[in-house]
Amino acid sequence: MRGTLKHLAIGAAFVAASMSMASAAELSIMSFGGAYQEAQRKAYFETYTAKTGTKIIEQEYGGEIAKIKAQIEAGGTTLDVVDVDAPTLQQGCDEGLYEILDWSKIGPQEDWIPGTSSDCGVGTIVYATVLAYDTEKLANGPTTIADLFDTAKFPGKRGLWKNPMSNLEFALLADGVPAAEVYATLSTPEGLDRAFAKLDTIKKDAVWWEAGAQPPQLLASGEVVMTTVWNGRIANANKEGKKFAIVWDNQLLDTDYWVIPKGAKNLDLAYDFIAHTADPKVMAGISNYITYGPVRKAAAEFINPEMLDKLPTAPANMTKAMTIDYGFWGDNGEEIRKRFTTWLAQ
Amino acid sequence: MLVKTPVGTEALVAFERVTKSYDGATLVVKALDLTVRRGEFLTLLGPSGSGKTTTLMMLAGFERPTSGHILLDGAPVEKLPPEKRNIGVVFQNYALFPHMSVEENIAFPLRYHGVTGPAAKEKVDKVLGMIHLEGFGGRRPTQLSGGQQQRVALARALVFQPKLVLMDEPLGALDKQLRERMQVEIKHIQRSLGVTIVFVTHDQSEALTMSDRIAVFSDGMVQQLAGPTELYERPANRFVAQFIGENNVLPGDVSTDGRALRLAGGAVVLLPAAIAPGAVEATVRPERLQAADRASDRAIRFPATVREVFFLGDHARLTCEGLGVAELSVKMAAAEFSVLQPAAGSSLTLAFEPEAIHVLAR
Amino acid sequence: MSSLAEPAHRSLRAQTFRAALPDRLIALGLVLPALLFLVVTFIAPIGALLMKSVDNAEPAAVLVETLPAIGAWDGVGLPPEPVFAALAADLKAAQKNRTAAGLGKRLNYELPGMRSKILSAARAVSKIETPPAGGWTEAITGIDPVWKDTQTWSVLQRNASPVTAHYLLNSLDLTRGPDGAIAAVPESEAIFLTILGRTLFIAAVVTLGTLVLGYPLAYAAAIAPPAVAATLMLFVLLPLWTSLLVRTTAWVVLLQSNGVINDFMMRLGFTSEPVQLIFTRFGTLAAMIHIQLPFTVLPIYSVMRQIPQTQLRAARSLGAGPLSAFWRIYAPQTIPGVSAGCLITFILSLGYYLTPALVGGATDQMMSNFISDFINRDLNWGLASALGTVLLLTTLALYAVYVRVLGADRIRLG
Repeated sequence: MRGTLKHLAIGAAFVAASMSMASAAELSIMSFGGAYQEAQRKAYFETYTAKTGTKIIEQEYGGEIAKIKAQIEAGGTTLDVVDVDAPTLQQGCDEGLYEILDWSKIGPQEDWIPGTSSDCGVGTIVYATVLAYDTEKLANGPTTIADLFDTAKFPGKRGLWKNPMSNLEFALLADGVPAAEVYATLSTPEGLDRAFAKLDTIKKDAVWWEAGAQPPQLLASGEVVMTTVWNGRIANANKEGKKFAIVWDNQLLDTDYWVIPKGAKNLDLAYDFIAHTADPKVMAGISNYITYGPVRKAAAEFINPEMLDKLPTAPANMTKAMTIDYGFWGDNGEEIRKRFTTWLAQ
Repeated sequence: MLVKTPVGTEALVAFERVTKSYDGATLVVKALDLTVRRGEFLTLLGPSGSGKTTTLMMLAGFERPTSGHILLDGAPVEKLPPEKRNIGVVFQNYALFPHMSVEENIAFPLRYHGVTGPAAKEKVDKVLGMIHLEGFGGRRPTQLSGGQQQRVALARALVFQPKLVLMDEPLGALDKQLRERMQVEIKHIQRSLGVTIVFVTHDQSEALTMSDRIAVFSDGMVQQLAGPTELYERPANRFVAQFIGENNVLPGDVSTDGRALRLAGGAVVLLPAAIAPGAVEATVRPERLQAADRASDRAIRFPATVREVFFLGDHARLTCEGLGVAELSVKMAAAEFSVLQPAAGSSLTLAFEPEAIHVLAR
Repeated sequence: MSSLAEPAHRSLRAQTFRAALPDRLIALGLVLPALLFLVVTFIAPIGALLMKSVDNAEPAAVLVETLPAIGAWDGVGLPPEPVFAALAADLKAAQKNRTAAGLGKRLNYELPGMRSKILSAARAVSKIETPPAGGWTEAITGIDPVWKDTQTWSVLQRNASPVTAHYLLNSLDLTRGPDGAIAAVPESEAIFLTILGRTLFIAAVVTLGTLVLGYPLAYAAAIAPPAVAATLMLFVLLPLWTSLLVRTTAWVVLLQSNGVINDFMMRLGFTSEPVQLIFTRFGTLAAMIHIQLPFTVLPIYSVMRQIPQTQLRAARSLGAGPLSAFWRIYAPQTIPGVSAGCLITFILSLGYYLTPALVGGATDQMMSNFISDFINRDLNWGLASALGTVLLLTTLALYAVYVRVLGADRIRLG
C-alpha cells in the first residue's frame, strides 16, 4: 500500500469510476497519481490520444489491490488498464484478478529486461527505493546503507516505509549480508530474526511513512535526518528547489507494470494502449519527466542523455544495486508482514 | 379583600438611594428609596420594564446595585451573596428542581440551615400539610399541576423560616380561577405565619387583593407607596390613577380662591380644602358616574352623549362624550341599565357625588 | 341513536381502522425511504461484515472432491488413497483455473507456509498425466513432507465446513492448536487484544479530554448573551466546516519538529531543542480531541440551554453556595447531554483511522488502521471483517452497559 493520504481522493475516484460508463472510444486507466502519473500523462496518455483519438479517463489510487479486487467481485470492472507494483502483480496474478496476456499483441517479450515481464503484467519503468537526505541540513551526509542504522554517527529520526519490504533487505545489507545472499538469508528463520534484530536498533528512531509523497515532506520539514524513498520523488523535489541527495549505495530496484483487470470492458483498446506504451521510443519518453528508467532493452538508446545519470539504471548508480525479489515476497510476504505489523505495534 | 393583619412599622428592609444600570447608559432603577416593614405584604406593582423585578433581584442578591445601599435588619447587604441573606424566593416559573422529588425539593434548603434527619422530615411533612399536598412528597415536579407546583415552590421558600420571602410574578402562569384561589391561599399562609412578603406583579387587581401596601413602579421610580384603598381613592398622579383600576381623567381649573374646581363643560365642584389655583387634572372612577335620576341632591349633574354601549351581564359599560372628555367611561349597574336602555347616539344626564372627584397633584 | 350503537364492536373498530388508514399509509410513506436507505446502507453491510468474518468459501470452492472424501477419515495417520486421488484431481483443476493461490492463501492463515506448498503441489500434480503406479499417496507425499503430516490433513478436514471460527479466534489472539483445541497464540504474535485495548483507551482519553475542555465551554455559551453564545459556538463548529483530512494535516503542520508549536516554544525559550510532538501519543490525542470537541460540546450545550438559570438562583436563595448549587442542581440535569456527547465521541473515536495514521506513531495505530491494512494490503477480508465484528460487538457491549447504568432516557441530544 502506497497511500494513506490519498484514501479520500480514491474514494471519490471510486464513486466516479462506478458512475462513468466507458464508451468505445474511452479507456479507463488507474495509476499512482502525483508526479508519476503526470509523467505518464505526458509520455503515454497524451501521445496515445494524439495518435488514436481515444480519450483516456484517468483514475488514481494508492496501490491497494483491494480496489481492483472489489471492482471485479462487485461484478464487472470499469477499469481497463492499471499500473501496479511488483508484489501487487504477483498477488493479483496468483488470485486470478488479471487477464492472462497475449504477448503477440504487445511486443517481443524477450526484449524486456529479465524479471520485468510476466503472464499478467507488462513492465514499464524501473524505479529504486533509496536512502536520501537534505544537503542543506546535513553537510556530510550518509554514504552507505549502513549509515541508516548508525545512530551514533547520524543521530535523529529516520523515515522508513511502513512495509517490511525494503526495510528487511536494507537491514541485512547494512548488517553485512552480500546482496546476492539477502533473500536466501531472509528465507531462514535465523536470517529473518537477524533482519528484525537490526531493525530493532533504530525502531525508536523510526518515523513510518505510507504514501510516496510523505518522505520528501519529512526531509523538508526536518522531521527526519534521512529517509528511504522512491528515487523519482527526490528528483521531483529537487526540481522544486530542494537540495536533497540520493545515496545510490545498495539501491533496491523494482518495476511497475501494466495489468488488465479480469473482465475489462475494452480489452482490445487496452492491448492497443499497452502496445503503444511498449514502443521503445514512447517508453523511453517518460524519463524526460521523471527519473524512472524504461525496462526494454531497445528503449535504452532513446533515453534523454541529460537524464541518464539520474536514473537508477545509470551504470554509475548500478554498482551495488539489487532487485527486489517479488517471488520471495509473494511466497513469504503474508507471514513476514504479519510479524512486521506485530513488531511495529509492540 | 381580606382582613388586614396588624403590621408593625419597624423597617425590615430599606433601600437607600439605590440605582441600577445594566449597560452603563440607562438607569433601570432610579434613586430608589423604599422601606419594607416587618410582617407586611408589600407588592411592587408596575408594567414590565418598570424596574420592579430588578429591585426584587437586588434584594435577593442576584443583582448588585450600581449605587446606594440596601439594608436588611439595619445592616448593608450589597456584598452578601444570596445564600447568606436568608431570603426565600419564589420564581415566576417556580424553578423547581426537576431531578428531585417534591420532598427533596422542599428539604433542599434545610440542610444548608442545619436541619437534617428526622427534624427535616418533620418540617417537610408539616409544610406539605400546610399547602395541602400530603402524600405528594414522592412525586416529581413534572407530575404536578401548575397550581401544585406553585405551592411546592412556596413551601420550599418558607420551610427554612427566612426573614423575608420574595415572590416574582408567581401566579402569572396560572389560569384566572386558579390564580384567584392561590391569591387567597398565599394570603392565608402569610397571615398565619406572620412572614414578611415582597411580591412583584403587573396585575393591579392581584396587588389590591393581597397587599398591605403597594409600591407602584414606573420608569424606574416608585410613583406612589400606599395601602390599596388610598392608592385607589387618592392616586398621587395621572400614571397611578390610570394604572390602578379604570379611571377618567378630566381637565379643569381651580378658582383663584382655591376652593372651587370648574370642569370642562361647566360643572363646578367645591373642594374640601383649598389648593393652588390654575389648570389641574381631576379624576373620577367609571363606577362613580351614574344616571342623574338615581343621584342624591348633592350630586353634580352634567349632560352627556352615548357613543358606545357594552352589556356585560352584571353591569354595562358606556362610552360617552361629556365633561370635556371625548371618551368618558361609565360603569352602570344592570338594574339601572335595564330601566334606562341607553342607546348609542342618545343623550342622557349623568351625575357624580362631589367626593368622587380627586384632584391630581401637579 | 341505538341503531348506530347496535353493530358489533368489530364493525366500529373496522370503521375506525379504515378511517385512520390514509393517515397511517402517509406515515408509512414518510418513514419508508429512510427505512429502506438504512437497510441498504447500514444493516445490509453490517450483515455482510458479520458473514464475511466467518465465511470459509475458498476450501469448498477448490477442494470439491477432497472435502467430501476426507469427511470419513478417522484423523489417525494419513487418509486413505481415494482422498489423495481426490486432492490430485482438485489441484489439477486449481492449477488450470488459477485458484490454487486463493486456497493456499486461505490455508496459510492456519498452517504457515501452506501457500507455496499448495502452489508447488498443484504445479507438480499437473505434470502427472496418468495415475501414478504407486498411487497418488506416494506421488503427493513425495512432493513435500508436509503431506505426510497428519496435522495438514486435520486442517483440511476441519475446513470442510462453509463457516470458520478462524478469523474471529484470530482477532482475539486465539487459534486452534494441532488437536483442534482453542489456545492463545504465541506471545510474539499476540497483537489484536493489545490493539483493542489501545483503541478503547485512546477513545476513552479523547472522550474525557473533550468533556473536560467542552463542559465549561458549553456552560459559558449556555449562560452567555445570545450574541456571545453564537460567536462561541461558531468557534466550536468551525472545525466541522473543513474536512477531516485538512484538519489532520493542519495538526501535522502544528506538531512537526520545526512546526508552529515547537517554533513558538523555542522562541519563548521553553526549550532549546525541538520536542517530539508529531508521531506521538500526545499528538494523536491532541488532534483527536480537537476534532471531536464539537461532537461532545453540542449535545451538552443544547441540554444546558434548556435548564433555566433561575434554578441556580433558586438554589442560591435556598442557602446553597455557588459550587454546591452548580453541583447539586445544574450538573445532574446536564447528564443526558453529557451522556449523549460522550457516547458519540467515544464511538466515533473507536473508528479513528486517518488521524492516528498521519499524526500518530507506530504504537498509536488503532483498530481501524489494522482493518484498513488487512483490507487494502493483505486482502485478508475475513480477518478485517472479524476485527470489525469485534469492534462492533465491543461498542454494543459498552453501549448496553451504559444504558444499563444510566437508562436510555438519560441520553439526550437536546
